[in-house]
Amino acid sequence: MSTEHKDIQSDHQVILDLIKEQSTVLDLGCGPGDLLYLLIKDKKVHGQGIEIDDQAIYKCVAKGLNVFHGDIDSGLSEFGDKSFDYVVLNQSMQQILHVDKVLVDALRVGKKVIVGLPNFAYYKSRIQMFFRGKAPVAGALPYQWYETPNLHFLSITDFRDYCRLKKIHIERKICLGGKRKVPFLANLFAQVGIFLISK
Amino acid sequence: MDKEKKTNQSNSVGIVKTKNFTFDSLKLENGEKFGPVTLAYETYGVLNPEKTNAILIVHALTGDAHAAGVHEGKDNFGWWDNFIGPGKAFDTDKYFIICSNVFGGCKGSTGPSSINPKTGKAYALDFPLISINDIVNAQKHLIDHLGIEKLLSVVGGSMGGHQVLSWLANYSKRLRSAIPIATTIKHSPQQIAFNEVGRQSIMADANWKSGNYYEGSAPSKGLAVARMIGHITYMSDKSMAEKFGRTKKRMSEPFKFTADFEVEGYLRYRGDNFVKRFDANSYLYITKAMDNFDASFGKPLQEILRGIKTKVLIISFKSDWLYPAYQSKEIVKACKLAGVETTYCEIDSTYGHDAFLLEVQEESHLIRHFLKKVFYTYEVTGEYGA
Repeated sequence: MSTEHKDIQSDHQVILDLIKEQSTVLDLGCGPGDLLYLLIKDKKVHGQGIEIDDQAIYKCVAKGLNVFHGDIDSGLSEFGDKSFDYVVLNQSMQQILHVDKVLVDALRVGKKVIVGLPNFAYYKSRIQMFFRGKAPVAGALPYQWYETPNLHFLSITDFRDYCRLKKIHIERKICLGGKRKVPFLANLFAQVGIFLISK
Repeated sequence: MDKEKKTNQSNSVGIVKTKNFTFDSLKLENGEKFGPVTLAYETYGVLNPEKTNAILIVHALTGDAHAAGVHEGKDNFGWWDNFIGPGKAFDTDKYFIICSNVFGGCKGSTGPSSINPKTGKAYALDFPLISINDIVNAQKHLIDHLGIEKLLSVVGGSMGGHQVLSWLANYSKRLRSAIPIATTIKHSPQQIAFNEVGRQSIMADANWKSGNYYEGSAPSKGLAVARMIGHITYMSDKSMAEKFGRTKKRMSEPFKFTADFEVEGYLRYRGDNFVKRFDANSYLYITKAMDNFDASFGKPLQEILRGIKTKVLIISFKSDWLYPAYQSKEIVKACKLAGVETTYCEIDSTYGHDAFLLEVQEESHLIRHFLKKVFYTYEVTGEYGA
């Protein structure tokens, strides 16, 4: 099933491997559409994106993608139940205002949901906090506090606990440090966590 | 709509001719039969042997069949010339473009100013009340006549968008794609209100004479005021401020209420020019058709759209307050619920409703790539140039 590419972002490769061929995918916060384009090309999925940034929309359209211009918070609620096999929130969940509501909706609209999140508890971030007393700028969180698009800061463990609390089933969890998978102590050594979840 | 725009004459379609197509009878939505009907139309580019590259462009309230190029001996570039031509969004090297004047219009197609063959006089108010669906049905006669089974796309802004939605609701099997721009499923009370003020202005003109003015003076003042109101709604607060500011014209007329401000002069100029090219009764009939239009016949649009294979590109503009983005989003929502393959973009523009004629770069980008994808996916087997 696995299709390996040299120049693909490692998180995109993981998501590519999680998604079944010819399925339907809704990518929330799809950006310029690189992941959707890959999914359509390699997995023949039927893809739809939602994106707030108009310049990113133009790039999506140039790739031939179907995309809605709008914010995730309001864009999702209009879809019917189980409209998609997968709803993807890759590196976008932490930027959504009402995360809880969106996740409930994503699990309603999609049969499965894939969440990719930057790990706030990455060891370099911890070092910056502990020894320097500064808000971390490290790993998948490269922004200064005054310019970050992120509204929520969470760790891989936080999200696992959230899923337990909300009785969301974690089908797969893949943690990445750079290009490599992190099998142990992921909350310390992984920069990115990717979860395949379902209700 | 505002015709002031830069025209890139280097990739124009060149000299074009308006043609006529006449058919005997049109069954109207209200059950009546009306005929004969003539449609004035123009075409640009070449229809391929498989007849799979045809795009129908449908015009807004006061548009006409002359969408691109110039007429022999004139420099009257068509109303969407920036979008139609070799290498442009509607690339005439690849596509065959059709544009017709609407049924009920006054630019060559049968309308209230046409001669009724039974009386030898203009129809005036004997012309039947028409609907957007009637306008589209007349277009369908033309598309049948041209031997085109399936259009690559039907495209239009504003009232053109109404026609696109009517095509989508009634004849989706004849469409590979549809591009409704700056439009709505149905008019809001505010939109109806602006149209009504325009109509009242025409009917309040003493020259209107219940529509029987064709042998005397036309209700030009009333029509000019209707057009002035229209122009205000086509612009935005910001685009007016940028275009006119509070600049005053230097006038030495003795009258107290001259057009002191630039904006006043502009509106008067636009109004006075408009009456030279447009028929007041057509204005009444067509605005009424717009107000009565409901793409989904009172039902939720998604019920009408469910199961259709047509791909849809919906475009709105940020500063458009006549057809605000929320109305386009209602179309988007219906497409979502109906499972229609859809792309939606709200273009960041300050031009107001007129943006659909003026935002050449962004709009062209969206249309060009969308059409390419539709054409590519469905039809083209060989390599297709960028």
